[in-house]
Amino acid sequence: MAFNNDIRDIYQKELADIRTAGIFKEERVICSAQDSEIDVEFPAGASRKRVINMCANNYLGLSSHPDVVEAARKGLDHRGYGMSSVRFICGTQDIHKELEGQLTKFLGTEDTILFPSCMDANAGVFEAILNEQDVMISDRLVHASIVDGMRLCKAKTDTFKHSDMGHLEEKLQLHSGARVKLIITDGAFSMDGDLARLDQIVALAEKYNALVFVDDSHASGFIGKTGRGTHEHCGVLGKIDIITTTLGKALGGASGGCVSGRRELVEMCRQKARPYLFSNTIPPVVVSGAIAVLDIISKTTERRDKLERNTAFWRQGLTEAGLIIKEGETPIVPVMLFNAKLSQDFAKELYGEGIYAVGFFFPVVAKGQARIRTQLSAAHDPHQLDKALAAFTKVGAKFGILHKSKQEIIDRYGM
Amino acid sequence: MSELKNTILDYVKKEYLEEDDDREISFNTPLISGGIVDSFSMVSLKRFLETKFTIQIPDAKASPEAFDSVDNIIRLLEEFNIR
Repeated sequence: MAFNNDIRDIYQKELADIRTAGIFKEERVICSAQDSEIDVEFPAGASRKRVINMCANNYLGLSSHPDVVEAARKGLDHRGYGMSSVRFICGTQDIHKELEGQLTKFLGTEDTILFPSCMDANAGVFEAILNEQDVMISDRLVHASIVDGMRLCKAKTDTFKHSDMGHLEEKLQLHSGARVKLIITDGAFSMDGDLARLDQIVALAEKYNALVFVDDSHASGFIGKTGRGTHEHCGVLGKIDIITTTLGKALGGASGGCVSGRRELVEMCRQKARPYLFSNTIPPVVVSGAIAVLDIISKTTERRDKLERNTAFWRQGLTEAGLIIKEGETPIVPVMLFNAKLSQDFAKELYGEGIYAVGFFFPVVAKGQARIRTQLSAAHDPHQLDKALAAFTKVGAKFGILHKSKQEIIDRYGM
Repeated sequence: MSELKNTILDYVKKEYLEEDDDREISFNTPLISGGIVDSFSMVSLKRFLETKFTIQIPDAKASPEAFDSVDNIIRLLEEFNIR
């Protein structure tokens, strides 16, 4: 047996180190469908508790919507459970092409290719379209999946300070000799909830003959007047060369992602992107559900409008209660606590009050930037948000941080 | 020497710290292993040194270890007779 005690000791020690560092992740078991209220068993073996969910990416509240569930069921009946194939052998059904067409139309691009996840889309896209003659210039706060995708690509790398357009311009000048310059950014940044300045990024791209890549996973479906995403919000529809996004958040929340953009770049992904070539097709049941999601949000902006109202209420409520939030306009609303332990203790107290939210700290966010990330949903009703706000206020008072400055909180709890 | 050290330290602060980042960086602060400079961003530090001192640093010498502190960078520059 190769996995002998000496080898086991290596991994047990590594796991013990993770626990000691206080970054051991534990799953909370949910015993209901995803929604604004869920039944949670935490810690394992504890009795189930009904809590208001303030940390799902279920922005449009479509994860368990009856029309989506029904469409998924029909997809299961008519196109089966699995395809037992990658896309290009015998894994492409009519509904996969239909969904790709719908996404192209919704995002306002030229073409779209589905991936098993947006993580896979980001892992595959750069290597498929760039080589060592090219350069990738990324915002320093892009998502981890983009970082992994860049690592897999032979193109040169550089970064610019978060949303710092002057710094980006310096980098575009520095790399003026590259064959292709690709500016890489998230649309909505997942930890801070701010939006990329895509209008300015596109202007710089035009000035320096660069391409623009946007991961709009935390924006597709609800940012912009008709929910097309950050490019709609910034008035640059049709000007983004590559958009990656997920079906695993607002767009039904199941799984799957895509690369959408210039026809030739999408085609390059079909020919060369390894997660597309060597991973199974998205199952028919998920594709059918996603088609229903796009039908719903293409017909009416009702859900994204409700999400916008919920977000405004929540941001104003937290601010008036005296908590420090990251300014912005997205439904990602970080409540800043700065100290890692405080973020964990705060989340625990909230859970006791029937509110489910998670504390984030280094290395997920920078040291001294610990927070509770709250996320709004169109599924939240006013009475749920009232209750959640009351709980945040009560717990904030208990820890003595209401109407305190960042420095006062740090003085009391440390960085 | 201290002028050289300060030139590099000033560049690192300007290039890699955000405006609200109040971390203290000194000559021996770990830059890459300390999470201040990520491997994607090292290229701008390399380009700065090459332009500033009119040298070419081969990729083999531009390792994360060689760039991990201002002190390490000074040792790297000594190989190019820059002191």
